[in-house]
Amino acid sequence: AAAMELPPSHYPASRAAALAAGFVCYRRGSPGRGLALRAVRRAGRQAIEDVGHKYHLELVLEDVLDRDTTVNCTAEVLYHLGNKNIAPDVQFTIEGELKNTDEADNIFYNRIKSLEKELVAENIPDSHGKVSPEMEPVLLLARVAAGYVIWQNSTENTKFQFAQIKHVKQVKRSDEYLEFDYVILLHEMVSQEIIPWQMTVLWHPQRGVQVTQDSRQAKHPSE
Amino acid sequence: MKILLVFAALVVSACGEQLFMGDQVLRITASDEEQLTLLRVLGEQAELQVDFWRDPTSPGHPTDLRVPFPSLHAVKIFLESNSISYSIMIDDVQELLDEEKKTMMKSRRIARSTSTFDFASYHTIEEIYDWMDTLVDDHPSLVSKIQIGQSYENRPLYVLKFSTGGLNRPAIWLDTGTHSREWITQATGVWTANKIAKEYGQDPSVTAILDSMDIFFEIITNPDGFAYTHSSNRMWRKTRSINAGSRCVGVDPNRNWDAGFGGSGSSSNPCSEIYRGPYAHSEREVKAIVDFIHGHGNVKSVISIHSYSQMLLFPYGYKRAPAPHHQELSELAKKAVNDLAAVYGTKYAYGSIADTIYMADGTTVDWAYDNGVKYSFTFELRDTGHYGFLLPSTQIIPTATETWSALLDIMVHVLEHPY
Repeated sequence: AAAMELPPSHYPASRAAALAAGFVCYRRGSPGRGLALRAVRRAGRQAIEDVGHKYHLELVLEDVLDRDTTVNCTAEVLYHLGNKNIAPDVQFTIEGELKNTDEADNIFYNRIKSLEKELVAENIPDSHGKVSPEMEPVLLLARVAAGYVIWQNSTENTKFQFAQIKHVKQVKRSDEYLEFDYVILLHEMVSQEIIPWQMTVLWHPQRGVQVTQDSRQAKHPSE
Repeated sequence: MKILLVFAALVVSACGEQLFMGDQVLRITASDEEQLTLLRVLGEQAELQVDFWRDPTSPGHPTDLRVPFPSLHAVKIFLESNSISYSIMIDDVQELLDEEKKTMMKSRRIARSTSTFDFASYHTIEEIYDWMDTLVDDHPSLVSKIQIGQSYENRPLYVLKFSTGGLNRPAIWLDTGTHSREWITQATGVWTANKIAKEYGQDPSVTAILDSMDIFFEIITNPDGFAYTHSSNRMWRKTRSINAGSRCVGVDPNRNWDAGFGGSGSSSNPCSEIYRGPYAHSEREVKAIVDFIHGHGNVKSVISIHSYSQMLLFPYGYKRAPAPHHQELSELAKKAVNDLAAVYGTKYAYGSIADTIYMADGTTVDWAYDNGVKYSFTFELRDTGHYGFLLPSTQIIPTATETWSALLDIMVHVLEHPY
């Protein structure tokens, strides 16, 4: 079927855009770089028979650490028909170069590697939206890993956003990787649910981010 | 030989509370190693329950020791009989703690005047309720506080009334804090209420509005939920009403209104964040507003403020069919979001709830619209998801400032289009 133009600021375009942005953040983010969705410039949807729905998106992304810096990004999101266990396919192209973050990444890497006691923290950002400077890279890393979880769990009827680190604990390793065990909160916009999610995250400046384990946690009855 | 006293008789009874009544802090200076050793031994007598605030290190250097009241006598005799010099640094630890607590509470209350209230911070329910009284005190001929009911947990539901007189003038209803975790809304509500009071007699539009109309502003629409976000769960959305037969608490106060109640845009599951409740208007917080607006009979606009998403929405949420006044509401929304964007560049989407964000039934604005209130709007304030509900307090004033432009557009339009 032919592609249909969608109002960019309305759902379903905004849901596909949030998913694409999460994927891009996962693929291109690091403790030294976060990418967030600034705007959807154009959106179209195509129904592909027996396959699913494909969205074409023109996005503007911003650098989380320098909100005046933006890049254009085109993305394609394919939600698969029927089988809800397959993550959507996402492909994207970023126009131009992203800022090099090697220095910031290495500083963070060395800082954590040389900690005597494993890093432990909770509630980032706090209730008032505050993040201490030392925790910024830990937060960015969580957002990157959350991008993976969001990508893996999104459908046309969901819109996930990273909400908060509930708890993070570093796990010391003998190899070169840094390992963090996170419990984060995701906000799912359509159901309005706050979903706790556990993630085991490995990172190395040159080897990127890996989510080696993740699982949705049960909500406590008081929550 | 120095005499070591036996302190077995002095057992401090352990209670649940940590009270320091009569405890003292002694500054002790050991003159030689022997005295230092005696001091350390003293610290190890478990039944004395002393604790070092500054540990014994070397002769001539002060040691600070907190001594619980029951052990005071024995410890002083011990020090004196061993010629260890000491002085009383803190005469009564509990008194000091009480003083400190008083000072802390006083500095919280220092916002006695609206000009010293910190609008750039998030506040507790008590602080906001206190501030509301100071607003009334500062503008007695313009602002009054009325109570329209009580929450599930019996907290008062307060509404600020802005009026320059008349009898049951056409009115605008504003509310913030329906969903308690949307902290930017209560904070914006406080700033905006202050702004309205300040600008009457200064700003021509505000003056024109209040010379013919009244404004009713409920800043904390869901006080139980709000208190809960401070005490227990920052992400709490709903009311705190107990649901019969369920462990889950609370009803979504924006799915509980009698407009399309019970459709696919809400849930029948008490554990859901969009649980509609056992029946329409089951929630006291919702019923109070329903009764107020019905009773008033002359409300011309309802503006309900939420977060987040950066949207200005109008009916319907419970059906896709456009509202009869869709065209006019859409044009007004477009103008309002353009003026909002002009302040700091913040981009808002606009449209009907069902088209723009999702199907939602039982909402405040759909009920208002279906009950004759033509100019019914919902705001979704900053941001678009990066901080979400945890919007940094540094964004409170910018958010309130830009939103004000949009609010003013709507209120002026209502004034100029009586019906």
